[in-house]
Amino acid sequence: MNTSFGNIKAVAKRELIGYFSSPVAYVFLVIFLLLSGFFTFMVGGAPFFKFGQASLVTFFIWQPWMFLFLVPAVGMRLWSEERRLGTMELLLTMPITSWQAIVGKFLASWLFLALALFLTFPLVMTVNYLGSPDNGVIFCSYIGCLFMAGGYLAISCMTSAITRNQVVSFILSVVICLFLILAGFPPITEFLSRLTSKPWIVDGVAALSVITHFEGFQKGVLDSRDVIFFLSLIGFSLFTTGVILRGHRAG
Amino acid sequence: MIKVQNLSKSFGPKVAVNGVSFTVERGEVLGFLGPNGAGKSTTMRMVTGFIPPSAGTVRIGEFDIIEQPIPAKRLIGYLPENAPAYTDMTVYGFLNFTAELRGLRGDGKTKAIHRVVEMCFLESVLYQSVETLSKGYRHRTCFAQSIIHDPDVLVLDEPTDGLDPNQKHEVRGLIRRMGVRKAIVFSTHILEEVEAACTRAIIIDRGQIVANGTPAELKQRSEVAGAVTLRVGGVNASALGQKISQLSGARKTTVLKDEQSCVTARIYPQPNCRNGELARGIYETAAREGWKIEELHTEEGRLDEVFRSITMSDTAPEEGK
Repeated sequence: MNTSFGNIKAVAKRELIGYFSSPVAYVFLVIFLLLSGFFTFMVGGAPFFKFGQASLVTFFIWQPWMFLFLVPAVGMRLWSEERRLGTMELLLTMPITSWQAIVGKFLASWLFLALALFLTFPLVMTVNYLGSPDNGVIFCSYIGCLFMAGGYLAISCMTSAITRNQVVSFILSVVICLFLILAGFPPITEFLSRLTSKPWIVDGVAALSVITHFEGFQKGVLDSRDVIFFLSLIGFSLFTTGVILRGHRAG
Repeated sequence: MIKVQNLSKSFGPKVAVNGVSFTVERGEVLGFLGPNGAGKSTTMRMVTGFIPPSAGTVRIGEFDIIEQPIPAKRLIGYLPENAPAYTDMTVYGFLNFTAELRGLRGDGKTKAIHRVVEMCFLESVLYQSVETLSKGYRHRTCFAQSIIHDPDVLVLDEPTDGLDPNQKHEVRGLIRRMGVRKAIVFSTHILEEVEAACTRAIIIDRGQIVANGTPAELKQRSEVAGAVTLRVGGVNASALGQKISQLSGARKTTVLKDEQSCVTARIYPQPNCRNGELARGIYETAAREGWKIEELHTEEGRLDEVFRSITMSDTAPEEGK
């Protein structure tokens, strides 16, 4: 177990070095923070100042949509770059298992996204300065964001294993993530409930949605079902990544 | 150390490798020869556990590469084709990463990195990004990676591809020196390389082994092996041919060049003719007849000719990726 942890750490470290030695990391962080600020303060029916409450709802409500484009941008290179450079051959002939490589790469990107989320702390300070928000709810929402980012990231990881072309990988994962958002989007659920009289179909589709599961966190509820949803989404996607990679090697 | 049995690989309907078997013991350097697309890289990828074989087994030391991949892979150092490396890392960062994956930590890791940096002459580019390296340096960086844990088994896919002649010479020397203590397989399509570095060579064509032997044995299969090339003055071509044909060891004489002052001819030996016997006979004839010998030597046979005659069967299909 000790060596497998060491291997995961080595892979993750390399991946993080890869992010920060190219402009990708810095461009991402700047754009993420700018967009977060923009959406929180400027966009929507009741942005931050007009909302009239000391809360970060106006920040978190946008996160599923921001992540939709930004997380695939982080994840698209994970495996497609390995395949394009041919380093996958190097990595997978090392004395490590492929799941160690997959998990190591995933954790590195997840850590990077966690850093991006952490850098929004001035928002928390601002809202605490202006009023007295429920910091438990804010903390819980951050946890939700992190899980949601992990779910999207695992999907990007999977699509980047499919192709050596980063653009294709990006578009595929945006489409899949968009589906996961829309499945629980009120206009869609209403449309579905008009189509069918059986509520279990509507609920079943909505249960697949990250929105449905993210809402719980936003209310400050840490429901084990929501946690399990995101963890199983991550688990399933990473497992599929492994299957795809093995498929490529088998020819 | 390496034991390959009936290894086969097909990509869909295309058979890339078909029933390849060979063994490599410690102290051996096996050259893997073949035209492009013959299945060299595919075989090496199966030996190193990158792609699973369709049939057959690979054993590294006492471990099966499919059943016990981790201990087997620990014994192998591998330089893949085209020497891939992470372009966003420095040479030091890259070597550090591979050393960590090989389980090296702390002092042992630092020592290992210094050792390979010295062996592969990477001091001057150690903190340079891999992306900015010339092809030769990048190649050596990847080569350094393959020997960082001083493996018992070394698999090198075209280790001298893209190097300049000096670097080629250096790498061949390195392979030969390391071959004393390790089992090494390397692929190439440069024939002089086989003579320079191998103790044994395998020629593979269309996924099958078509020849297996020491470089000297393979050269024996050449048509010109054992033939004597002669350049003499003071005689014309037809008189030369007549006198030579009286020798018991000579089978056939071909005139290569007929100039005014001298004649160049190649004399092929009878199959049962002992080594050197034909040359001695020709020398004695020349001395008796008063020919002026300018050149006289026995051909060793040429590997490229053997290679061509064995693998000349149109163009082989493209190698599967």
